[in-house]
Amino acid sequence: MEILELYVFVLAAFVGYMVITRVPPLLHTPLMAATNAISGISLVGSLIAAGAAHSRVATILGFIAVVCATSNIVGGFLITDRMLKMFQSGKRDAGSGKREIGSGGT
Amino acid sequence: MRDTLIQVSYLIASVLFILGLRSLTRPDRARRGMQMAAFGMLFAIAGTLLNHTIVDYRWIATGLVIGVVIGYPMGMWVPMTAMPQRIALSLTFSALAATLVGVAEFYTEITSGGVPTHAKMAALGFEIMLGSITVGGTIIAAGKLQEWITSKPVTYKGQNLVNALFFLGIAGLFVYTIVDPSQRWAFYTMMVASFVFGIMLVLPIGGADMPVVVALLNSYSGLASCATGFAIGNVILIISGSLDGASGFILSILMSKAMNRSFTNVLFGAFGSDTKAIAGKSAEGLTVRSIGVEDAAIQLAYAQLVIVIPGYGMAVAQAQHAVRELTEIIEKRGGEVKFAVHPVAGRMPGHMNVLLAEANVPYDKLYDMDEVNGEFDRADVALVIGANDVVNPAARNDKTSPIYGMPILNADHSKSVIVLKRGMSAGFAGIENELFYDRRTSMLFGDAKTSLTALIGEMKNV
Repeated sequence: MEILELYVFVLAAFVGYMVITRVPPLLHTPLMAATNAISGISLVGSLIAAGAAHSRVATILGFIAVVCATSNIVGGFLITDRMLKMFQSGKRDAGSGKREIGSGGT
Repeated sequence: MRDTLIQVSYLIASVLFILGLRSLTRPDRARRGMQMAAFGMLFAIAGTLLNHTIVDYRWIATGLVIGVVIGYPMGMWVPMTAMPQRIALSLTFSALAATLVGVAEFYTEITSGGVPTHAKMAALGFEIMLGSITVGGTIIAAGKLQEWITSKPVTYKGQNLVNALFFLGIAGLFVYTIVDPSQRWAFYTMMVASFVFGIMLVLPIGGADMPVVVALLNSYSGLASCATGFAIGNVILIISGSLDGASGFILSILMSKAMNRSFTNVLFGAFGSDTKAIAGKSAEGLTVRSIGVEDAAIQLAYAQLVIVIPGYGMAVAQAQHAVRELTEIIEKRGGEVKFAVHPVAGRMPGHMNVLLAEANVPYDKLYDMDEVNGEFDRADVALVIGANDVVNPAARNDKTSPIYGMPILNADHSKSVIVLKRGMSAGFAGIENELFYDRRTSMLFGDAKTSLTALIGEMKNV
């Protein structure tokens, strides 16, 4: 069982390396926000710790972990989306870009 | 049946995560891809809630609600200028979650009378160690970025020795807990020591080095959640943890390369603390040419190609909107504008790009260092806004300079250079910049935003 997990780890790290080296510097900040949101997946472990009712201590630790992980997921995906929405190509949005300039000059 | 469903939900989530990250290679597809990744997350959470070991949903529900209440403002209301500290803080959260899950797992195992296996203890040890280091380190990093703590390096005599001893102690405890997993004190001591070590590791690091540190801590927090996956036997944690870890690792390598420094140098070098002596190439005898707004406006008005070099100073002055407005005027007059973004400009990877994108600068005008460096030769004006070390020719010419070897933007190749700067203070590395004394360079002193606003007004009259 454990060797199988090691397989998964090595392959996933490999895929991660291949995918992430191709992200342009332009999007490095959204990349960090995105991986942050994805790292909120530790919620999965937190949910089990908080809901398994093993002991009061484990439940409370799990509960705090659920709060942390959930806020990362919600905040992380929202902020990534907010950032990516701002990245506009000049060519495609020439028309609407001008409009925004007029209203954004405050 | 239940278990199969859970595993299928994890599989879907993993695939969507990878596709989401892959979509980030193209700015026009990225948004869609990340929305898919968010769906993947929902699948994974829904799947986990089916887990038969979960018997009590009250704490979970409360935690989820509080998490959403905290997460929403962190996503929607945090301004883009505060992004570096916002990212650092969310790294704290994710590392804290991983650490707490690890402690809960250890506690449950040890109080139920059993003793964790050696392999499990190794995973838990890694999780606690990396998690606590990240929590300690990111709290300090966020504090420095928000300037609650001085962003200057905090150093004392024998600092590296103390840190090395701490590290050895932690490594010793780590091995000890694996050999004898029943020793609770060792486990908890290791956790506290790692936390303190994380704090001490980041304290001596100066503000300008934050891009490397934040990326490196990102990688640690990814590896911590990876270790969580090993400890509780959960595959999706391993997958997402290694994606996260790989991302942080690659970014920190790129950032170190862009500064021509090794990890060890960043972590133990305390850049900027001892450079005053080395930055000997003093400015004595050299004169700086100061320029007025009118002259600068004329220069810009008749330039055919202007390359803007933004730096952290632009972020501090909140000048990105004024920059965009100025470049639009230049374009309206028939000039061409490009933005040259150095990889380590700002306080985190890609910091300048996000700020300019927020100010409605189209991303096809934002160029990486390698793409744009050849263009300076035909640029009429290089407009340096709040950047310093990334345009310092000493990195090319002066072997004694601490930044020697760092790849820089070739601002000095353009026909003229206008530098917007508050005063003649040295950059974050504390090094004199000979570009400022070049005969083609003129300095426009003052707050970047005020200067730009004045320039905009003047340009309209030219």
